[in-house]
Amino acid sequence: MADVVLKQIRKRFGPIETIHGVDLNIRDGEFCVFVGPSGCGKSTLLRLIAGLEDISDGELRIGGDVVNDTVPKDRGVAMVFQSYALYPHMSVFENMAFGLDLAKHSKDEQNARVMAAAKTLQLEELLDRKPKELSGGQRQRVAIGRAIVRKPRVFLFDEPLSNLDAALRVQMRIELAKLHEKLNTTMIYVTHDQVEAMTMADKIVVLRAGTVEQVGTPLELYHYPANLFVAGFIGSPKMNFISAKITQVSQQSVTLKLESGKEVSLPVDGSGLATADRVTVGIRPEHCSIADQDTALFTGTVEVVEHLGEAGLVYVRTGSDELFVARVAGDTAIKTGETVGIQAAEQDCYVFDTADMAKRRLAVDNAPLKAQMALN
Amino acid sequence: MNAKAWKYLRKAAFWLLVAVIVLFAVFPFYYAILTSFETGSALFEVNYLPESFSLINYISVFKGQPFGHNIFNSIFVSFLVVALSLLLGVTASYALARVKFAGRGLLLITILSVSMFPQVAVLSGMFELIRGLGLYNSMFGLAISYMMLTLPFTVWVLTAFMRDLPRELEEAAVMDGATPWTVIRRVFLPVMWPAMVTTGLLAFIAAWNEFLFALTFTLTDDKRTVPVAIALISGASQHEMPWGNIMAASVIVTLPLIVLVLIFQRRIVSGLTAGAVKG
Ligand SMILES: Nc1ncnc2c1ncn2[C@@H]1O[C@H](COP(=O)(O)OP(=O)(O)OP(=O)(O)O)[C@@H](O)[C@H]1O
Ligand SMILES: [Mg+2]
Repeated sequence: MADVVLKQIRKRFGPIETIHGVDLNIRDGEFCVFVGPSGCGKSTLLRLIAGLEDISDGELRIGGDVVNDTVPKDRGVAMVFQSYALYPHMSVFENMAFGLDLAKHSKDEQNARVMAAAKTLQLEELLDRKPKELSGGQRQRVAIGRAIVRKPRVFLFDEPLSNLDAALRVQMRIELAKLHEKLNTTMIYVTHDQVEAMTMADKIVVLRAGTVEQVGTPLELYHYPANLFVAGFIGSPKMNFISAKITQVSQQSVTLKLESGKEVSLPVDGSGLATADRVTVGIRPEHCSIADQDTALFTGTVEVVEHLGEAGLVYVRTGSDELFVARVAGDTAIKTGETVGIQAAEQDCYVFDTADMAKRRLAVDNAPLKAQMALN
Repeated sequence: MNAKAWKYLRKAAFWLLVAVIVLFAVFPFYYAILTSFETGSALFEVNYLPESFSLINYISVFKGQPFGHNIFNSIFVSFLVVALSLLLGVTASYALARVKFAGRGLLLITILSVSMFPQVAVLSGMFELIRGLGLYNSMFGLAISYMMLTLPFTVWVLTAFMRDLPRELEEAAVMDGATPWTVIRRVFLPVMWPAMVTTGLLAFIAAWNEFLFALTFTLTDDKRTVPVAIALISGASQHEMPWGNIMAASVIVTLPLIVLVLIFQRRIVSGLTAGAVKG
């Protein structure tokens, strides 16, 4: 049971700083997910918390104690690695008991704890096997079991499911969520997978190039991204951005003229904006619909249509460099080469100022979001 | 039909080649065994099949000199060399493969370059060193000087092997509360067995067969190792070479090596090719 607090944490590898002063507050029992593009420092941050890398600057507290100079085993953290990192010459049982053995727990205690973990993870049948005789999913379970038996205050996971196939990943994701519910221990989890982040997290931390871009619940990030980067990163396919010019602005709404010449009034807080400012409008693919060309926000030529089964993705050339993506019904009859109009509801649009910061959306009405925000 | 003939021809050529190689490798030893069982003038007649059989050479080799003692010395020195080489090799390779420090590459090259010096070149310097340490005419002096022959390749092979071990394996152990020494002893050593058997065996062979240092750094008969003892076996008169005794002694000292290689042959192959293919 412990909270994790990072204060102005910095990490330098030689002269190069890769983590630039991260402040973070992870509450006791929280499931916190780090996301961000490759190389942004997710693993490094996790390893700093684990104690596998030295903190160059700043303060790290676990359960109230400053642990900057504490060795990993005394921090009360356990880590699950992407490659599982099981000891190849030890049986499943020995793998799980190794840490307990090093900590000089009695054989009975080791036995009891390993058995309990094996039961939770359905590994009882496999205790005598060597890692090479296990499937990927079973290995992952052993790696998790090795973490559980130590009864850590904080679990750290570095992309633990990325080596599994899609079906197994879904299954393990659910098992991990259940495990978190059962143990109620603080967990910090690094992932590339949007779905994992959105479904498992109590709190998502979006990182970019060694700095925190935004911290919030999954739906907060989806509905209230703080800036263009977070808006583009959360959600799949990613949000479309089109540029526009402000014609009228107030605290309740912003009226802007799109490049297509169409004028729309969006329910966002316009304070800080002025007429004639150039802004970016964000529209998520799932909020788009195909409309008549005269009522549409803009029109374009369809370049590609992808049929996913339950939905279709339509890629439209609108004049800008990037293709505009719209998510449409799975049975859509739209074909490549057609000219289509794109429509989106005003309350579903996002507005970003010249500094790429988001303007507060005023008409968001979403029950799960309210529930998540009420919890915090 | 033609294809079939080709196939047989290729097979025949292959086995012929194998036969030639085996003949080359095995014949000298076979001839040594043959000779070691012969006595008197039979020694000097060329024959390729056993004609007489006598154990007299084997008995007299132990009588003429303290050969039992020499064998013991060889075993003692060789095992000491293997133990020291592996201990130093494993710990050094841990540092060289896992710990970042300035001059690591240079150090590795330096270690390798040690093995380039011919033994004769360092002989006098080494002699001074050994005498300075008070280890002249002692098994320990020999063992230390042999380190120069065994450590370079031991360190290199083990470093290469250790580098290939996944970093996360070590980190997992650290998270489990292991100190560097525990990591080496309980995680790396068991995984590194094949490499250690290979390098250990090569070190053993090097120490077992070494001649020049053994000749120079020992003085008395009872401190000599087997290769020197064999070279110094002398006959009744100055003009007589006791070939029978020499051959018998050679056979005796070759047998342990053959036995060791046979025991560990599978390990050796897997150690030599480890890391070449991802398992
Ligand atoms: N030991 C190291 N020495 C030097 N630079 C490092 C070291 N470890 C990481 N870095 C650098 O720090 C940055 C962050 O790396 P990190 O592994 O944390 O990225 P990541 O967010 O986990 O990426 P990925 O999603 O690809 O795993 C990268 O630019 C990387 O090159
Ligand atoms: Mg990473």
